[in-house]
Amino acid sequence: MRFVPHSEKEKSEMLKEAGVASIGELFKDVPEKVRVKDKLKIGEPLSELELRREIEGLAAKNRSAKQLSLFLGAGCYNHFIPATVPAITGRSEFYTAYTPYQAEISQGMLQAIYEWQSWVCILTGMDLANASVYDGATACAEAMLMAGSARHRKKALVSKGLNPEYLKVLRTYAGANSVELKEIAIEELEKDLDEDVSCLIVQQPDFFGRVEDLKGIAGKLHEKKALLVVAIAEALSLAFCEKPSEYNADIVALEAQSFGNAMSFGGPHAGVIACKQDFVRQIPGRLVGKTQDIEGKEGFILTLQAREQHIRREKAGSNICSNQALCVLASTIYLSTLGEKGLKEIAGQNRENAKYLSEKLEGLGFELPFGDSFFNEFVAKKQGMREMHAALSEKEIVFGYPLELEFSEMRDCVLLAVTEMNSREEIDALVSELEELL
Amino acid sequence: MLNPSDRKYSKKHEWCRVEGEIAVVGITDFAQHTLTDIVFVELPEVGKQAEAGKQLCVVESVKSVSDVFSPVGGEVVEVNKELEQNPGKLNESPFETWIAKIKMSNPQEIDSLISAEEYGEFVKGLE
Repeated sequence: MRFVPHSEKEKSEMLKEAGVASIGELFKDVPEKVRVKDKLKIGEPLSELELRREIEGLAAKNRSAKQLSLFLGAGCYNHFIPATVPAITGRSEFYTAYTPYQAEISQGMLQAIYEWQSWVCILTGMDLANASVYDGATACAEAMLMAGSARHRKKALVSKGLNPEYLKVLRTYAGANSVELKEIAIEELEKDLDEDVSCLIVQQPDFFGRVEDLKGIAGKLHEKKALLVVAIAEALSLAFCEKPSEYNADIVALEAQSFGNAMSFGGPHAGVIACKQDFVRQIPGRLVGKTQDIEGKEGFILTLQAREQHIRREKAGSNICSNQALCVLASTIYLSTLGEKGLKEIAGQNRENAKYLSEKLEGLGFELPFGDSFFNEFVAKKQGMREMHAALSEKEIVFGYPLELEFSEMRDCVLLAVTEMNSREEIDALVSELEELL
Repeated sequence: MLNPSDRKYSKKHEWCRVEGEIAVVGITDFAQHTLTDIVFVELPEVGKQAEAGKQLCVVESVKSVSDVFSPVGGEVVEVNKELEQNPGKLNESPFETWIAKIKMSNPQEIDSLISAEEYGEFVKGLE
């Protein structure tokens, strides 16, 4: 948006039109006692040059992934973004458009969203996907509500392997929607699975990087008419693990950051919900469909809007309308650039690099408490982790996520992510730093 | 369209035809006309306990979403699965197209519903 200041002449014309003598008079409804009368204590005004120096000085204190040797994931992953992504998302037609849904003028954006939904269906094996929601955690919480409204049940089970931040969002949603949320170990599903349970929410791979064996889980749930909701925080894992449809998941909640979106200190990212056809009436958010106009030409539109709050009103299953069109545009371009072959190749590199580091660590006497069934993230354990982590930070190496921050019982455990961005040299450098420390 | 006199009506535009202990429920011509093209019927689950005057199911048209209220209380014993594939039947022939069959728990509730003639007058007042 351009900055166009008002001239004094314009200001006085507008005041005259509004029938007030001063700008201050426009605020007369604000009670006297809450008005700020003194100058704000934020220092003197700065010139543009001074301001840039100040803010850029502050920004320079940040350490970005490019400057560091990064082995941190835990829900946000460092992946390469091909030049095609910023080249296309940066076009002003895409970059500045707000709520770009009017079918008459937004065919390009609608087509991109349709392609995105199609990609999600290909990757997850689900029948349909929505345009997007804020992030993986929101997608997960909306999926929980969706299952509740599909089954008219008020209880949801959640695996202990869910990202703790996702769990916090689930709790917020559950509290406001009278959903009874219970954390369980998947192995003990039978104990809590009764006629009130709408779904089980499982992260795959789980927060600790484990690729869970979910075969048979859906069957148990379906016997009780409950649904299997799968949360995926590392989208790239879809090119390595089984598709959720292969273990008969009903709803998939996906965080799409790994596909072409920068980590950006935690956001904006994008979530998406995909599901089986049976739940098309319960899926929240926008859906873009392909159709034909009266001349038989292909076109794209928003569809099935009777689900949405502006028509369904208080009966709507969700009030979410916002989506992350620009972020999923980035994901669509990313996926289209790589294709199936490229995606599998990168996923393979992730697995190999992670495996390489895990073996090196085992050689140094680290334990892998959850074994080898991981994709690009795993837990390693060794006494003195806290000191090790601090010492490596000094050397600009971020040695993963210390799990005791969230799980007091996991002292000396660290969650390490290794992606295509971590070269062999970088991994070897980490290993030799560790050798020195031990 | 004439409101058939073989059944009773509610002021919420449902019809109800009694077959023994079963009440067969649908929506009236006035209802389908007001809703416009019906695109989806969210059928109740068989086994659901319906309450008189409470939501039975939901119908979705191209311009709105409305509740269908149960004219009587009881257990839903059968639903018209044909509507899953062909919801437009409710527009084409509302009085031949039933939505649910309810095994009445209190058959006297029928007496509080109105006749075809009374319903006709009631609808006239709305137009």
